[in-house]
Amino acid sequence: MVPDDEGGGVMRADLLYDGIDGLDEALAAVDGFDEVLVSGLLRPGPAQAAGLAGVAEAVAGSPLAARVAEAAEKAAAGTAGEDHLMALAGARTALLGSAHDALLARVEEALGRTRAEEDGTAPADAAEPSANLLAAARSWLCDLARAGWHGIDHELIGGAAPVVSAMLPDPALRRQATLLDGFAAELAASCPGASLERVPVRRWADLWSRAMLLTLPGAASAPAVGEATGRLLPLGVDVQEHATAVQAQVHAVFEPADGGTPRLVRASVSAPKPDTVVGAGLWQLLRPHMSLLAAVSEGRAMDLDAMPVTGEGDLIWDDARARTGEPAEVFATARVALPTAAAFATAPLDRHPARIAVPVLLEGYAVEEDAFQVAGVRLVVDSDRVPAAGPLTPEAVASSGACVGLLRWDAGEFLVQPLAVERMVRKKAVAVHAGAWAGGTADKAGVRAEKAATDAVKVLRERAGKLLRK
Amino acid sequence: MSVWEKSSTARVVPSARPRKLAKVPFVELADGRLQGVVSSGSDIGRVYVSSVEAGSFAFACSTNNNRPCGGARGWFCNHIRALIGEAVLQYGVERVARYLRAEVAGEAPDADSVTHAMTATRPAQGDSSAAAQVFSRFLRQLAYLELAPTTAPLPEMQWFPTTRAVA
Repeated sequence: MVPDDEGGGVMRADLLYDGIDGLDEALAAVDGFDEVLVSGLLRPGPAQAAGLAGVAEAVAGSPLAARVAEAAEKAAAGTAGEDHLMALAGARTALLGSAHDALLARVEEALGRTRAEEDGTAPADAAEPSANLLAAARSWLCDLARAGWHGIDHELIGGAAPVVSAMLPDPALRRQATLLDGFAAELAASCPGASLERVPVRRWADLWSRAMLLTLPGAASAPAVGEATGRLLPLGVDVQEHATAVQAQVHAVFEPADGGTPRLVRASVSAPKPDTVVGAGLWQLLRPHMSLLAAVSEGRAMDLDAMPVTGEGDLIWDDARARTGEPAEVFATARVALPTAAAFATAPLDRHPARIAVPVLLEGYAVEEDAFQVAGVRLVVDSDRVPAAGPLTPEAVASSGACVGLLRWDAGEFLVQPLAVERMVRKKAVAVHAGAWAGGTADKAGVRAEKAATDAVKVLRERAGKLLRK
Repeated sequence: MSVWEKSSTARVVPSARPRKLAKVPFVELADGRLQGVVSSGSDIGRVYVSSVEAGSFAFACSTNNNRPCGGARGWFCNHIRALIGEAVLQYGVERVARYLRAEVAGEAPDADSVTHAMTATRPAQGDSSAAAQVFSRFLRQLAYLELAPTTAPLPEMQWFPTTRAVA
């Protein structure tokens, strides 16, 4: 059914639907723990004791076994301290880490792609001047776990605000601050927990355990381990945002100047923001800090000179080390360079199914409602993840014949997030990119959105100028 | 568990809709109130801190220097009405009405119907004790603009995908 003479370019989508040994069991143990957090650890009942025991059992064969068994016992008795809660968060993270590994191995098998071995790690940054803030965050998170999602109220959630405000100005704490800020805002909007009709059980447990682990010294440190010199060919832009933060990640193929193996890399730029800066305003906030966004809009490659890169393939972007290069068409990159590019290994703490975002090229599919029929299987398309400030609409996706996207996994199934699609217009292939407006746009609707966003930020800056420095 | 409950990226809070900020630079549904900051129509250096409490609709309006608003004597002043209007633009009428627990009648409810639903209950004037806190939350929002962007990756943002859906 699938021709194998096209190199690694074609996906064996059917493999994505084959069962994965042990995955259901690992996720069941995670679910058991997640239910514990719904009602909290103040007065655990028998069902919660069983959920906790399930986690301990699931990691019984690992080096975590003894610590987690003790933590589960203490938690079931309602006497868990911070260290015990940390051990449980660690166990849950390990279980999802194994799920990540199994899912990613399956993706690589389906794509016939390889991943490089560990690219080396660097020791965490030694300076940890923020122990007090991290301890404060940990203590708030432990209070959350005791209260449970049904026990949250405005007073408890408000406790995060001073911690977040103190963390945000310190770039070394940006990861923790951004996570806690987004998590706390979501919890605040859901107060009081007692009247919640439904709880995002897996999501909040994810955010909680991740925030817990990031309070450990050095956990959030991801230093550069090397330098990238060569040509960067963009594939597309993925945008993430919550009320007070935004990040744009450019996925790209990097071709080393020394002729080495091409690599799959990402370049990120993020900024804290007021909640009223949205849509095109997000691009305006990020644009001045990464020239790559303009290159993406112009359809160009960039030439890198000694750009720092982390052990998991994240370029630490510096405009001084990048120069705009030749025109580079995304679908040409996806057809020619992508199949030969090797991915970096995921950092141990980042191993989680939500972190899976594998660039893929899909062609020759039939479009169904919210899905592509690829090689005989139905692959759900998540068009909702396409940024609103851009020309890539669900309608464009629905009329497309080829798609460059990110293969993801959530809630038990694989999905594809479109980064760009190709449609036939008067017998010519025309590409539409999700990130087309990243560097600016001449599109009529885009210009209007840009103008509105400029005005909004102008008003806020003017207010800030008057009020903040009084 | 449902698919939503099992999703790591389940959408809990819809993103704000874009709106013009000149008149009402800040609005939020927080601490059991619809609250925000409204620009003075006459003095560019002055702002009003306005709020309506969920459930009771007790309202308050004062300047940031804690002088009472002349219009908010026994009745919603124009600042509070503007606040409700902009809240509906930012969050959608349904979310605002739900948060305030306002029983909105009619087929296509809008900001006016939310306002009417509340004034019809003849709400009492509340005290303006929350004004300082609301104002400091506004300053906190403004301070986000002063924080430096970074090009170091934030892997946690994978849990916060952008969405085309708005409130």
